[in-house]
Amino acid sequence: MELLRFTTAGSVDDGKSTLIGRLLYDSKSIFEDQYAAIEESSKRKGDATVNLALLTDGLRAEREQGITIDVAYRYFATPKRKFIIADTPGHIQYTRNMVTGASTANLAIILIDARLGIQEQTHRHTIIATLLGIPHIVFCVNKMDLVDYAEDVFENIKADIEAFASKLNVIDIRFVPISALKGDNVVHPSENMPWYQGSTLLYLLETIHIGSDHNHIDCRFPVQGVIRPQSTEYHDFRGYAGRIASGIFKPGDEVVVLPSGFTSTIRAIHTFNGEIEEAFAPMSVTITLTDDIDVSRGDMIVRENNQPEVSQDIDLMVCWLHEKPLQPNGKYAIRHTTNDARCLIKEVRYKLDINTLHRHEEDKVIGMNDIARVKIRSTKPLLYDRYARNRETGSLILIDEGTNETVGAAMIL
Amino acid sequence: MQKTYSLTHLQELEAEAIYVLREVAAQFERVGLLFSGGKDSIVVSHLARKAFFPAKLPFPLVHIDTGHNFPETIAFRDSYCRKIGAELIVGSVQESIDQGKVVEEKGYNASRNVLQTVTLLDTIEREKFDAVIGGARRDEEKARAKERFFSHRDEFGQWDPKNQRPELWNIFNGRKQFGEHFRVFPISNWTEMDVWQYILAENIELPSLYFSHQREVFARDGVLMAASDYIPRRDSEKVEKKVVRFRTIGDITCTGAVESAADSVEKIIAEVAASRTTERGTRADDKRSEAAMEDRKKDGYF
Ligand SMILES: Nc1nc2c(ncn2[C@@H]2O[C@H](COP(=O)(O)OP(=O)(O)O)[C@@H](O)[C@H]2O)c(=O)[nH]1
Repeated sequence: MELLRFTTAGSVDDGKSTLIGRLLYDSKSIFEDQYAAIEESSKRKGDATVNLALLTDGLRAEREQGITIDVAYRYFATPKRKFIIADTPGHIQYTRNMVTGASTANLAIILIDARLGIQEQTHRHTIIATLLGIPHIVFCVNKMDLVDYAEDVFENIKADIEAFASKLNVIDIRFVPISALKGDNVVHPSENMPWYQGSTLLYLLETIHIGSDHNHIDCRFPVQGVIRPQSTEYHDFRGYAGRIASGIFKPGDEVVVLPSGFTSTIRAIHTFNGEIEEAFAPMSVTITLTDDIDVSRGDMIVRENNQPEVSQDIDLMVCWLHEKPLQPNGKYAIRHTTNDARCLIKEVRYKLDINTLHRHEEDKVIGMNDIARVKIRSTKPLLYDRYARNRETGSLILIDEGTNETVGAAMIL
Repeated sequence: MQKTYSLTHLQELEAEAIYVLREVAAQFERVGLLFSGGKDSIVVSHLARKAFFPAKLPFPLVHIDTGHNFPETIAFRDSYCRKIGAELIVGSVQESIDQGKVVEEKGYNASRNVLQTVTLLDTIEREKFDAVIGGARRDEEKARAKERFFSHRDEFGQWDPKNQRPELWNIFNGRKQFGEHFRVFPISNWTEMDVWQYILAENIELPSLYFSHQREVFARDGVLMAASDYIPRRDSEKVEKKVVRFRTIGDITCTGAVESAADSVEKIIAEVAASRTTERGTRADDKRSEAAMEDRKKDGYF
């Protein structure tokens, strides 16, 4: 059984919570005590029907304000797949939350209210999903029950999105007309929309091909740590622990260790359950080399004929996550793969309008939820690939050195 | 036929947890692994053995002992530590009570569960831990759904749900000021079902309490509690012998049993698959109020 990680996006009231509640409920992922709790809450509030949206309602602060404020993770499984939902609520801190949820997702569901059609937010959600390199986007046109399940409403919205998406680099887009409230085309095919021949949302989630979402071409092994048992049984064992970021590694492969540039050969790939014949992303393994060379955390093991970029001057697309704006010429700590460094913000090139893709070159004040193109210089060379090619080696975070808070999420261009 | 390079969901979750455990070892000075003797902490310690193999576990197991244990849990804890060669550190709630740091609750629903928080924070301070690893999962409870892998605690050990660092990609920020610490949850993304399937796949040994057995129990608020000197009973609460098992293992005063004939991991999986209540539904500590868990977390609970 495979694992699919997806994120959900929509403006407030598009029906996101109802949709997630519906997926959990109709796929029988809700327990009696959970259902009883929301049934009681619904009654207390005087709702006529059980409000499925309450299932995804999290912390007390939110319950009091009646809104969600942070990324929450939900889990469900069908006999075909297991799912992790990064549920990102739509309001003020929206961009920051969606970027966070999107960073680990293979798929994004973007909700559109059938009555309203494409909104500014729809552009924003699509642009963020694309920027974060999510390979699959499913547009759900929701509340079809409120437009008499009319085919032309769905088709018009679909055409609008296709026209807009053609300007973006979207790999795979799908459309499903649904009613989250009534359940049409969520888990069960709709009897109200015989004109729709496509899959239900759940069927899409269960079958969409995700096997190629990992990069299996560029071999990148960021070293997390060195394993030296210092026991008699493993006297000379010196293994490099890490998670394969991309590519496929095999014993006998000739490799280069960066940044030193020393070459060696993979002696073996170790796991607790024994040595294995090949390792690929996202496996966690321990690699031993035939030569006794100096390798430590932050180094990267790669193939000689396919090496990452190595540079101190790097162009980034940054999403700013913190209330305190980005400081031009400011210094930040960087965490990139298993490496730490510091950097200086050399230049803010432009702020990206994420509703229109317009570049504001004169506006250089980058506050929370803004996305901007910046140039940095790091204290030591980073070993990276472009984000569009490799989400693992192409992403980094910026950390405020005073407060230690994570203030920026960056994709390397 | 073209070869496909994909992992099963259990392999992917395992790889993620091992990655997180290795990050903890790399980013912190002194790490403890919270070990309750329950299945989640057993799975985490199993994953930690895998993460650092062939080296031995680089951190001690830490048991916060309320003194109100099932004897089976303590027997298991001690033999398990011997078997895997792990160092064991015990933080004692009884000691915190004797030192007057906490006051024992009174009455029928008295529990030392809440007191554990003080003992835990004291143990963290005494041992100078800058990170403690726990087996909490996001699917357990609503307040946990937003918990991070690396969860920041201030110098009072408190958790501020409004001020948690965003976690992007697989990059974890464990930087901290002096006196602060982190709680790290490597199996955040696992569900109860995943844990059981993994226990089966890896053939992991568990305390006997998880499996069906005969026990003297009584019903309270719809939950079966073990008859024990630690729990005062009302006259109306009749003790009966029943065939039960425990779905979670914690302090004896707040861990409920379910009637079950499941005496193997396979049968438990079948039961979990068919079951219609969450495992926390048998824990008295969460029932106190809908927001109970969130309040305890803010104060520094696990
Ligand atoms: N008629 C109709 N109402 C819906 C549908 N989906 C959601 N709603 C209603 O729209 C409102 C907002 O839904 P909610 O799920 O809370 O939206 P969120 O803010 O996106 O999470 C609620 O009153 C829902 O009952 C739908 O498919 N049809």
